[in-house]
Amino acid sequence: MLKRTFFYTFILVIASSCSKESSEVYVPVLKPIEIPRLFENLLIAPIVPSNNPQTEEGILLGKKLFFDPILSANNTQSCSSCHDPQFAFADNKKFSEGIDGKLGNRNSMPLFNMAWNFDEKFFWNGRSNSIEEQALEPVRNPVEMHNTWVKAMASLQDNLQYPDLFFAAFGTRKIDSTLVAKALAQFERTLISSSAKFDKYLAGTAQLTASELSGFNVFMNEAKGDCFHCHGSDKNPLWTDNKFHNNGLDNFPSKGLESVTGNSSDRGKFKTPSIRNLAFTTPYMHDGRFATIDAVINHYSEGLKTSRTIDPLIKKVEQGGVQLSPKEKADLKAFLLTLSDNDFIKNAAFQN
Amino acid sequence: MVLAVLLVSCEKKEINEPTTFVTVQFSHNWDETAVTKADFNTVKFVNANGNRLSIERLRYLISNITLTNAENTPLQIKAYNLVDVGEKTGFNLQSDNPIPEGNYTLSFTFGLNAANNRDGVYQDLNSVSFNVPKMLGGGYHFMQLDGKYLLANTQLANFNYHVIRAADITDPINMVLQDTSFKVNLGEVTIKNNAIVEIKMNISEWFKNPNTWNLNILNTVLMPNFNAQLLMNENGKSVFSLGTVIP
Repeated sequence: MLKRTFFYTFILVIASSCSKESSEVYVPVLKPIEIPRLFENLLIAPIVPSNNPQTEEGILLGKKLFFDPILSANNTQSCSSCHDPQFAFADNKKFSEGIDGKLGNRNSMPLFNMAWNFDEKFFWNGRSNSIEEQALEPVRNPVEMHNTWVKAMASLQDNLQYPDLFFAAFGTRKIDSTLVAKALAQFERTLISSSAKFDKYLAGTAQLTASELSGFNVFMNEAKGDCFHCHGSDKNPLWTDNKFHNNGLDNFPSKGLESVTGNSSDRGKFKTPSIRNLAFTTPYMHDGRFATIDAVINHYSEGLKTSRTIDPLIKKVEQGGVQLSPKEKADLKAFLLTLSDNDFIKNAAFQN
Repeated sequence: MVLAVLLVSCEKKEINEPTTFVTVQFSHNWDETAVTKADFNTVKFVNANGNRLSIERLRYLISNITLTNAENTPLQIKAYNLVDVGEKTGFNLQSDNPIPEGNYTLSFTFGLNAANNRDGVYQDLNSVSFNVPKMLGGGYHFMQLDGKYLLANTQLANFNYHVIRAADITDPINMVLQDTSFKVNLGEVTIKNNAIVEIKMNISEWFKNPNTWNLNILNTVLMPNFNAQLLMNENGKSVFSLGTVIP
């Protein structure tokens, strides 16, 4: 009798287990990127892969994964450990520390407006070809989360919440790294920064000071800062070209883009970071060598170092830089700070 | 009877007029030696002034690419096209609709004319940062030709041959603008059987004709240089030519 009861109970469990997934309806709610009016007016459409549309469930899952240390080998580090919302999703350290206390050798890049990276080259050296591809790397990087995807997937699979969340987002409870990356990418595509003072100035809802306006002119003047050729403008509010340049940091630069292309003419070329949110993303450059905005301005003004692959757009290299006056430097800094988006770093939707 | 013949004649012409697509391709050379991205980043060119130079970036904008038939009716193939040699984009243009086979004159405008060179209105050009700052006249670049040239002491120096609408910004409030776009007429082409028409750019002409370009003098910060823009405009007129037409 006991044996028979056990048998029927076993069958019932299997039946209910099977019916759970098959009878549940997978109906994700599409949630397209909310394109800021400024971007809509000036830029082409953001890139969302057809095989990973934005959904409410996918974004929710991606956000949970982003802030959850479960992806790291010892459950101590999440994506947000090195991409902190208060620092515009960058790190305030020169190099971030992995779970074993080891340091990387690149400054953590801020995360925003990533769907408008039209070339889809991510990382300082452009080694990833999509946000989804980029999201796979930190988990297995020995100086970051130092995990394996097999273990990370098992941790998620064994978790009480994640299988259901994956079903809601992707229609399956079988978790794999591709789906993790897709969810993270969906969340990251929602990280949009477009509410800085300068954005409001362009929309006609804020005024710039005389110093800020002068600084904008330094930025846009080819005979002065000549920043616009690489760092966007009032007509390209991404404030980056998302291309790779050698900006004269060293006489003997490290490989940069060359490490990906194998082309020696790409030596020392690193991705142009956006100058949005500079106030929150210190330190600066691919190796975090400059602690302040002033140091960055001084570099372009008188600190340039020439090399074979220095970008032709870098002006007056022979003189060390564009030789800005103290007032021009102060004005330029004042303008740069108008690109600080406090609404972005405080956006409740982006917090843990 | 006459009316009937006329009607038949007209009807016959309408039915039988063959149409075809046309593709315009862009190629680049330095005095007939082909230039591609593979030739970038090496000091391998010598301009008319004797400056040895390399090319690291070449992007240019042409507009109103048009075939004009014998009745002087223009058929625009595309409103504008940005060619980026380094990124290998913009090399091929295909007509959106089939056009009647026949003989046409092929023409385009280098850059954007004054009416079309409006600040910030082209999203695709904004997205690749091809704008010209308002304080330098606004609108868009017509060309960015960047590279390095050899100084007398064998050191390399940068040059930026950036073509834009000429702007005298001496008085920023009353800026003087002069349109430096120009029409290029490449002559007659026969369009049939999905023709492919080649437009050639001889890059060396930017440094040669009629103004011999001395990179030791005119190298960078040429955008606010009104006179340099006029010289570029003059030199640009011999840059383009018609290449092969297939079939």
